[in-house]
Amino acid sequence: MEYVDSLTGFRLDGRRPNDMRQIRGEIGVVAKADGSALFEMGNTKVIAAIYGPREVQNKGQQANNQALVRCEYSMANFSTGDRTRRPKGDRRSTEISLVIRQTMEACILTHLMPHSQVILIEFLVHILLKFFMYFLPKICFLQIDIFVQVLQADGGTRSACINAATLALADAGIPMRDIVTSCSAGYLSSTPLLDLNYIEDSAGGPDVTVGILAKTDKVTLLQMDAKLPMDIFENVMQLAIEGCKAIAHYIRGVLLENTKQLECRRGI
Amino acid sequence: MLQSKSFVKKTKQGRVVKVVREHYLRDDIYCGAPSCKVCDTSASRLSNSASTILIVDTNVVLHQIDLLENPAIDDVVVLSVVLEEVRNKNLSVFNRLKALCTNSLRKFFVFSNEHHKDTYVKEMVGESPNDRNDRAIRVAAHWYQSHLGENTQILLITNDRENKRRAVEEGISAETVESYVRSLGKPDLLDLVVLSSSADVNMEDVEDHRPSKKKVIYSEHKPMSEITSGLLCGIYHQGKFRVNRYNPFEAYVGSESIGDEIVIYGRANMNRAFDGDIVAVELLPQDQWHDGKSMIITEDEDDEEEDVHLAPSSADDAPRSVNPVQPTTESVPPVSNRPAGRVVGIIKRNWHSYCGSLEPMPMPAGNAGVAHALFVSKDRRIPKIRIQTRQLENLLDKRIIVAVDSWDCLSRYPSGHYVRTIGQIGDRDTESEVLLIENDINSRPFSTQVLACLPPLPWSLSSEDLANPNREDLRHLRVFSVDPPGCKDIDDALHCKPLGNGNFEVGVHIADVTNFVLPGTPLDEEASQRGTSVYLVERRIDMLPKPLTEDICSLRSDVERLAFSVIWEMTPDAEIVSTRFTKSAIKSCAALSYVEAQARMDDSRLIDPVTTDLRNLNTLAKIMRLRRIKRGALTLASPEVKFQIDTETHDPLDIGMYQIREANQMIEEFMLAANISVAEKILNHFPLCSLLRRHPSPTKEMLEPLLRTAAAIGLDLDVSSSKALADSLDRAVGEDPYFNKLIRILATRCMTQAVYFSSGDLSPSEFYHYGLAALLYTHFTSPIRRYADVIVHRLLAAALGIAKLPPIFQDGPQLTGIADNLNYRHRNAQMASRASVELHTLIYFRKRPTDTEARIVKIKSNGFIVFVPKFGIEGPVYLVPKGNNGSDWVVDEAHQRVTKVGTNIRYNILQTVKIHMEVVEPQPNRPKLQLTLI
Ligand SMILES: [Zn+2]
Repeated sequence: MEYVDSLTGFRLDGRRPNDMRQIRGEIGVVAKADGSALFEMGNTKVIAAIYGPREVQNKGQQANNQALVRCEYSMANFSTGDRTRRPKGDRRSTEISLVIRQTMEACILTHLMPHSQVILIEFLVHILLKFFMYFLPKICFLQIDIFVQVLQADGGTRSACINAATLALADAGIPMRDIVTSCSAGYLSSTPLLDLNYIEDSAGGPDVTVGILAKTDKVTLLQMDAKLPMDIFENVMQLAIEGCKAIAHYIRGVLLENTKQLECRRGI
Repeated sequence: MLQSKSFVKKTKQGRVVKVVREHYLRDDIYCGAPSCKVCDTSASRLSNSASTILIVDTNVVLHQIDLLENPAIDDVVVLSVVLEEVRNKNLSVFNRLKALCTNSLRKFFVFSNEHHKDTYVKEMVGESPNDRNDRAIRVAAHWYQSHLGENTQILLITNDRENKRRAVEEGISAETVESYVRSLGKPDLLDLVVLSSSADVNMEDVEDHRPSKKKVIYSEHKPMSEITSGLLCGIYHQGKFRVNRYNPFEAYVGSESIGDEIVIYGRANMNRAFDGDIVAVELLPQDQWHDGKSMIITEDEDDEEEDVHLAPSSADDAPRSVNPVQPTTESVPPVSNRPAGRVVGIIKRNWHSYCGSLEPMPMPAGNAGVAHALFVSKDRRIPKIRIQTRQLENLLDKRIIVAVDSWDCLSRYPSGHYVRTIGQIGDRDTESEVLLIENDINSRPFSTQVLACLPPLPWSLSSEDLANPNREDLRHLRVFSVDPPGCKDIDDALHCKPLGNGNFEVGVHIADVTNFVLPGTPLDEEASQRGTSVYLVERRIDMLPKPLTEDICSLRSDVERLAFSVIWEMTPDAEIVSTRFTKSAIKSCAALSYVEAQARMDDSRLIDPVTTDLRNLNTLAKIMRLRRIKRGALTLASPEVKFQIDTETHDPLDIGMYQIREANQMIEEFMLAANISVAEKILNHFPLCSLLRRHPSPTKEMLEPLLRTAAAIGLDLDVSSSKALADSLDRAVGEDPYFNKLIRILATRCMTQAVYFSSGDLSPSEFYHYGLAALLYTHFTSPIRRYADVIVHRLLAAALGIAKLPPIFQDGPQLTGIADNLNYRHRNAQMASRASVELHTLIYFRKRPTDTEARIVKIKSNGFIVFVPKFGIEGPVYLVPKGNNGSDWVVDEAHQRVTKVGTNIRYNILQTVKIHMEVVEPQPNRPKLQLTLI
C-alpha cells in the first residue's frame, strides 16, 4: 500500500508528510477534579483529570522528600470501532500508565511539594510554605493522581494522553518545570511522516513517540518498537520534535487564553 | 509549515463497522496551468499556450492508454479520483499512467481533486460510487473551467453517454474519444482508439468467412463468485498460466493446491488464457490425462512448423515436450500420470502489448479504407490477434506493436488494436528493437537524474581515496587483465607474486563499482531495474552509464583505478593458505586479450615478468581446475557463435564458433575461486540476507532426452550425481573427435540454469551449485555488467565493517524481489543475445547459401533435427514434403533411427549428414533459413 501518493505527495487523509492533524485542547472539562483537560489530535480524543496534591493514602508508596505521582490510563470501551470490553490493567495499559507517569514526573516540581497540604500556585508561595511547615505538628506526604482516559482512538493515543495531562496539571495549578508535550512520527513509503493516524500506525512501520520539555528542548520520552537505520531515525525523531514544539506552541496559547478568561472573571 | 490552518475537516463513513476517517481538504492545491494568475505555478506541468485542457475519465484511461501514450495527446489533467479508480482496476495501466504523469516530456498533470476544498464531493444518499466519481470528475472540470476562465477550453473526454449528457447540461464541454481524435485530423491516430464492443459485432461478420465458425468456440468463463467458492472447496485450482515456448498448444499451471503442474492441452482447454494470466483450472477426469500429441494433430489451426534456431544452451532454451516421437502403431494415446486440466476462468489478465507483424493478406476492396487483419506475434506463445486498421498497405511489411482489448467466447482470436510501428520487417535495426521489446529490455538512454549521480569527468584517483584507511594502496603490484579482444568494460584484473616461502600471493581485483553507485540513488535504482548489461551481436546495452563502464570503473592498463580485491596465499599445489579481502587502489600494467595471453604463455622465448606471472597463474589454475573436476564439477559445453561484423554496415562478415583457450579457462578458474571465497565470507556474516547463486540438480525427467539418445547408441551414462555424470561423460569417447563434445552439448541442454536467491529463503542444503559442484557460490567478479555483483560488493564491504549494510537487506521480501528480478533480467538478456545471433545468422546466410556438415540430434516421423556445429544452429530437415502424411519412413524408437520402408536407407541419431543452408522466402517479407539434405 502506498501511504504517501508518489504523484501528489499527499497522505491517505490529505495531509502532507509534515502536516499534523487538527489539534484542539480544552481546560476544565471535569468540574469535580482539581484540574482537567480534553485533548484531540484528529479523531483521537482523550480526557485527563488531576486529583491532588493530597495526602498519601497508602503510606507504603510514599517517596522520600518528594510528592508521589500516580497515573492511571484506560481506554473507554467505545473508543474503538469494535467496542470490545477491555480488562482493566492489561499489559498495554500498565505500560502506558508507566510511560505517562514517568514523563509527567520529569516535569512536575515534585521536590517542591514534600510534606505539604497546600496547593502551590506560585514559586513565591513555596518560601512561605517552608515557614508555615515549621509549625505543622504532623508530617504528611503528598500525592498527585493523574487519570487519563481515551474516549476515541485513532493513533497517537500516547502522545494525546501526555498533552492532555500537561494541560490538566496546569489547570490544577501544579508547579511544573516546563510544559511537556508529545508527538509521534513514523516512516512509511520511505518518507518520514508526522503524527500517524490509526491506518498509518497499523502499517507496522517504525513509530517514534517523543516527549520534550518545550522551553529547554530536553527529550523526556523516546519510544520506538522497530528497527531503523541511524540516519533515518534522526530525521524521523527530528520531525517528531518539531511536532512537539508546534503542540507546545498551541498549548501555551490555550493556557494564555484560559488565564485571560480567569482574569476577566475576577475582574482584573 | 507544520499545520495548515486552512484545513476543513470532513468525515467519511464506512459500512458494517463504523469507521471514521479524517479527510483533510486544502486550499493549497494548484491547477498546474502555467498561465494561471492565482496559483503557484512553480510545479505546473501543462504547456504555456494550452488552449484546450483535457480531463479524462477512468474508462478512457483504462481502455485508451495506448492513445494517451501517443505524443499527439497532451495537456491532460488526471484527477486523483481517476487515478485511484485505475489503480484499483488495473495495476499495469496504472503504472503506465503514472509513468506518463512523471515523464517530464509529457504534459500530464495530476490534480488532487479529492483533497481540494472546492472540488471534493460528498456521496449523496442513493448515489452509487460510480455516479459519485463521475460527478466528482464533472465538478472538477467545472472548477477548472471557472478557475482558468474563457481563454482556456476544458474538454471532458468520456465514452459514457450519460456522463457526457450531464456534463453538457452543466455547461462543460465534453466529447467522446473517437470524436475528439477525429477532430485532431490525424487519421493514423484512429487506429489507436479502442472501439466500443458494439462495433465488434460488425467486425466479426466481415472477418469470419467460414459460416460454420459462427458459433460458440470457447466455453464461457465462470463468474468470479463461483471461482472463489470452487477454489475454496478444492474443485478448481489457481495458478499462473505458462505456455510452452515451443508449443503454443500446451501450457502449464503450477498449482500449490495439488503440489504439481497441471498440463493444459489445446486451445479449447486453454480457453482464451494468455501466458502469464492467473487462471482457475479444473482437472480433467484421469482417463483423459494422456499426452497432448494426438490432440495437437486434431487442432485445425495451421500447423506450427519448427524453425531453424540457435542450438539451445540449457534446458530453459529447449522444448519441453518429453516425448517427441509418437509411436505410429499405437492408436490409443497412452495415459500419462501428469494431471491435465482445463481453464474455467481467468482471475487476473496479463495482457500487454506484443511485437509482431500482420498475416499477409490481399488488400480489401472498398470498406472506407478500414481493414480487418490478423496480427501474428513474434512470441509464439501468444495467439493471433484481430485488429482493425486504416493503414493496412503501410503495415503489411512492418513490425508493429499491438495491444489486446478483449476476447469473447464467440471469437476464435482475441481482438486488439494497433499501437505503433517499429520498422521494416527484416531490417536489422527494426528486428533488433523487436527483440529488445520482446525481452522487456530497457535500451533508452540514461535519464539526467541518473547521469547526475556520476562523478565529474575526467575522474582520477584522489588523495582522499588513498587516505581512506580502509583502502589499501596496491599500485606497486604487477596487475594485469585478460579479456576478450576489444573489451572495454574490464571488471577484473589479476596479480601473482611469488613469496619467500615458496608460496604465491594471488590477487583478483574487481572494479570498485559500489564506490560510485551508492545505494538508493537514481543511478542505483536504474541499475537494479536493468539488472544486467545486454550483449547483442552489434551493440551492447549497458547496465551503467558509459563513463562508468568504459572509463571510471574499467580496469584499463596504465591508469590508476579503485578496486575490491580478494587476495590469497596459495601453495604451489594451489591450496589456499589464507584469504583476505580489501578495497584497494591498483594500476594495471597490461590489458591483454585471451589470444595475446595465450601466445605469450606459449612462446617459450619470452621470460618477461608478466609472462612469468601468467605461466604461474596458469599452472595454479590447471591444478585448481583438475581438483574441481575431481570433485564432480561438470565440464559442460555449449556452442558459442562469434560473428565478425563489418564496422560500417554492421552486417556480419564471418561467422564461426568461439574458441576456448587455456587462457580463458585460467581466468575463469580464478573468478570461480574469488566468487566462492566471497560467498563463504558474506554468508558467514549475513546468514539471512546474502545473495547467492545456486544450480539445482537436474531431475531424472530432465535428463530423459540425453539418456534416450545415449541408450540408442549404446552409451552407458550414470546420472546419479554430478560426479557420476562427469565421469561417464569423460568415458564417452566415440570414433570421431567431436563425439565427446556433442554428448556434452546434449547434456548441457538438459540442465536448467543457475539462479540467484536470498540465503534467508532456502535451507543450506539447497544452496548447492550442481554444475560447479560447489556448496556455495555467488557473483562478485563483474559488477560493471551485473547488478547481483553490486549487491554482493555491498554485502562484502559490510561484512568487512567498512560500510553500512543498506536497509534494504533487512527487508526479506524485498530482497527476494530483487533476486527474482535479477533472474528475470538475466534470462531475458540471454534470450535477447540468442535472438540477436539468430537474426545475424539469417542476415549472413541471406547472401551466402552454404553446404556444411551437420549432426542428427533428434529423430522425427517426417525427418530429423540437425545441429550444425560450425554455426551453432539447429533446425529441421524434412524427408517428406510438407502436407504429405502417407509417409514411407518408419521411426525406430528404441534405436532412434528413421528408415525408408523397403530400403536400406536410414538415418541414425548423432549421425553426420551433409546439408545445404539457404534463406528462402515462402511468403513475402518473411525470410527464413531452410536446411535441406544433399
Ligand atoms: Zn490556477
